[in-house]
Amino acid sequence: MEIINLEGTEDTPKILLDKGNGIFEISGRSLPEDSAEFYQPILDWISAYGEDPNPETLFTFKLEYFNTASSKLILDVLSSLEDIDGVTIDWYFHEDDEDMEEAGEEFSELVEIPFEFKTY
Amino acid sequence: MKYIYDLHKTMLSRNLILVYEGEFTQEITKSVLAMAERNMDSMGEESSIKRKVFNVMVECLQNIVKHSDDFNPLSAKRNAAIFIIGKEDDRYVVTSGNPVDKETADSLKERIDSINKLDKDGLKAMYKDIIKSNSLSDKGGAGLGFVDMARKSGQKLEYDFEDMGEGFYFFSLTTTILRF
Repeated sequence: MEIINLEGTEDTPKILLDKGNGIFEISGRSLPEDSAEFYQPILDWISAYGEDPNPETLFTFKLEYFNTASSKLILDVLSSLEDIDGVTIDWYFHEDDEDMEEAGEEFSELVEIPFEFKTY
Repeated sequence: MKYIYDLHKTMLSRNLILVYEGEFTQEITKSVLAMAERNMDSMGEESSIKRKVFNVMVECLQNIVKHSDDFNPLSAKRNAAIFIIGKEDDRYVVTSGNPVDKETADSLKERIDSINKLDKDGLKAMYKDIIKSNSLSDKGGAGLGFVDMARKSGQKLEYDFEDMGEGFYFFSLTTTILRF
């Protein structure tokens, strides 16, 4: 399966989706002008991955900041992972970032996937 | 040329650290954010406050970018809006202003009033309700911007509609972020 490897910019996150090496990560800042357009290839990738997933998938979110349009798309990413067996989420937040911790908790309440909360 | 001095004095007396007037695009949003961030960094602002201010600025600026095409009473005024950041000892004040038509003014007023009625838990419930049920608008908005601004700031959103004539109103929105 192809690898998605996008460098982060000042308004888009770094994305690494690598089935072979078992790395699934979204990190950095997400405030693109068109969130739906930015996240569509990621949603397509996850949907294809779901056809033949690894036995276990540890998906890491290590976001520093995201806007409200991105939050809707992050929920879409999580919802698309929900249908895949063996998925767990590592939700990282900066140790003094209560808002990011709370955002993770809210997402975990909206989908049926186990979340682990970690600080960096 | 006295107006320059007057403008300067107004900015000082109102503790404004950044004023931008004109066309709003994503590129300009990024520049304004970078300037405000540098400003807060150079003043040694605490990271939690910096994040909240950044948050409110993004929603404010992207609102203007998304909705600035709606309004075109005079072609010269197209996309014209204003964005202001003020800093006092105990607070940051983020303000935006842009023209809207009557219908938009009425719906904005209704939405902000409904948000201002809610406490912390009420806002959280509203946020979760919207994110679950709404799809993105054709402009790419999630309908969560105002709720998020209220949540991150922990303060009521202040607004005003100034009659510009010909059925248009200048919508001003102020969010306050306390520095403690």
